[in-house]
Amino acid sequence: MRKNSRLPNFHNLGIHLRILLIVNLLAANTAVLFSKQLTEFLPLLAELSAVVQPILLLSMLVLYALYPLINKLPYWLGIAVILLLEISLTFFVFVFFNKLFLFATIPDPYRACLLTAIVTSIVFYYFHLQQRAYSPAIAEARLQALQARIRPHFLFNSINAVLSLIRSQPKRAETALEDMADLFRVLMADNRDLVPLAQEIALSRQYLALEKLRLDERLKVTWQIEDMPPDALIPPLILQPLLENAVYHGIEPMADGGEIIVTIYTRHKELHIYISNPYSAQNQHLTGNKMALKNIKERLSLHFDLEAALRAQAKEDRYEVHIRLPLTR
Amino acid sequence: MLTILIADDETPARNRLRDLLGDIAEVRIVAEAKNGKEAIDLAMQTKPDLMLLDIRMPLMDGIEAAQHAQKLEPKPHIIFTTAFDAYAIKAFDLNAIDYLLKPIRLERLQTAIDKAQALKPKQIDALKPLQKSRTHLSIHERGRVILVPVEQIIYLRAELKYITVRTAEREYLIEESLTHLENEFGERFVRLHRNCLVAPLFIAGYEKRHIQQSVEQNLESNNGENSDNVNEQRWVALLKGIPETVAISRRQQHLVRET
Repeated sequence: MRKNSRLPNFHNLGIHLRILLIVNLLAANTAVLFSKQLTEFLPLLAELSAVVQPILLLSMLVLYALYPLINKLPYWLGIAVILLLEISLTFFVFVFFNKLFLFATIPDPYRACLLTAIVTSIVFYYFHLQQRAYSPAIAEARLQALQARIRPHFLFNSINAVLSLIRSQPKRAETALEDMADLFRVLMADNRDLVPLAQEIALSRQYLALEKLRLDERLKVTWQIEDMPPDALIPPLILQPLLENAVYHGIEPMADGGEIIVTIYTRHKELHIYISNPYSAQNQHLTGNKMALKNIKERLSLHFDLEAALRAQAKEDRYEVHIRLPLTR
Repeated sequence: MLTILIADDETPARNRLRDLLGDIAEVRIVAEAKNGKEAIDLAMQTKPDLMLLDIRMPLMDGIEAAQHAQKLEPKPHIIFTTAFDAYAIKAFDLNAIDYLLKPIRLERLQTAIDKAQALKPKQIDALKPLQKSRTHLSIHERGRVILVPVEQIIYLRAELKYITVRTAEREYLIEESLTHLENEFGERFVRLHRNCLVAPLFIAGYEKRHIQQSVEQNLESNNGENSDNVNEQRWVALLKGIPETVAISRRQQHLVRET
């Protein structure tokens, strides 16, 4: 589900917060400009807000409602439609206000419409710049995803494990190589589009089968995913790298291994993913990197802005990563 | 016949090494270990000519095991094996230490075995274990090497040219410098006295005692610090599980107040 338009996603809370912030900043700026003394600033701002906020909130509502339609349009046409929408909204609000309050001196609605057009353009310019700043990041994220995924340690140890099977258990060696092929096919794919959760889980299971080959009974995995919606869409390679981290930091340093617990469920239209592994401050790989976590965080915010979050914390003898993201299908 | 000990935490990796060594004439595997500590214990029993040590292992990594192995008699040759460890490999290259990259090729293993030479202690010392500090101290005692887990050590006390290592069971002597140990294990021990590092985990409490009554007279208690007043009362730390106490030097008495 790649966004086919470069228009801001008006279904995203983060976008709306940014719009609120920019418009109110501009309003405050205007209030400062027109107040001769600082004491005039607040009354002036309140006066401005009485007009600005209704228009602002109304347009945010309308944009939210119309987003699925607008999003189908080409970028420039979309901008033009939104500009027109904003201007007519402003006009409508002014006419309505005039009827309601019967202003003594009727404010000129055309002047207000011009102002709205300017403010809307500024907001769009901001989103345009923000996108420009992110677009190399998207391309880079793909590369990073690739690099962060293939821990050379895992690759070479797995090849070594497969080699050890060829003489004694050729059948198992075959399966292992097939799993590796599948895993690397995904790792090397274009990973910008969201994928069904079930697909990511299948990949994770193949990955864990390979690790099981090396670590044997030291690696135990419990899946608590009965309540998971298999068709929920998530960015690819969110789960697998976290499991790789869990194995690398939580299982390998322990002589007797341990258990990784994966819990996935939905609540209030949000998907929750928990991954927990044994943890001991003393038996840590010194050379552990925070690359995977950072990379996943970046990709989550590219896809969902503020609506997704990743939190990692060590509690006593377990380390837990929690991901929260909006439920999309 | 060359006797070999192999150490790797992964069963398939050990199987692979066993297969390969089976293809090489004149070698025999005498022991297989799952971690560094087991490798040292088994090496003491089987006295192998050569140890093939994986670097990344739980409990004790291969580099630390190699360092402890320097105290074994006879000293085994050591070859490291690793799948990938940019940090360790760099250290090996710098110190011209032989290592094998997994997956290991038969010819490469053959060559390494042919030219296996004991590493010079200098080379081994230059390596840093993957962990921040050693997990064990190795004590050379009557031809044996005893591994004392660092977490069991109650205190380390400098006495003349030795350091006393005290665990709940007994005392050991090692030849190292207290400053060096403090640098390495600074997170685990506090310096209660100029000559003594104590693990706070084992401190049961503090008590004020007359210096003459103190069970543990510190060697330099009569030079310098408190020669002015012999009857002075001094704080001592009471320790869990053992009757001895450790005197706290005046400079460290703020530690008592902080608890």
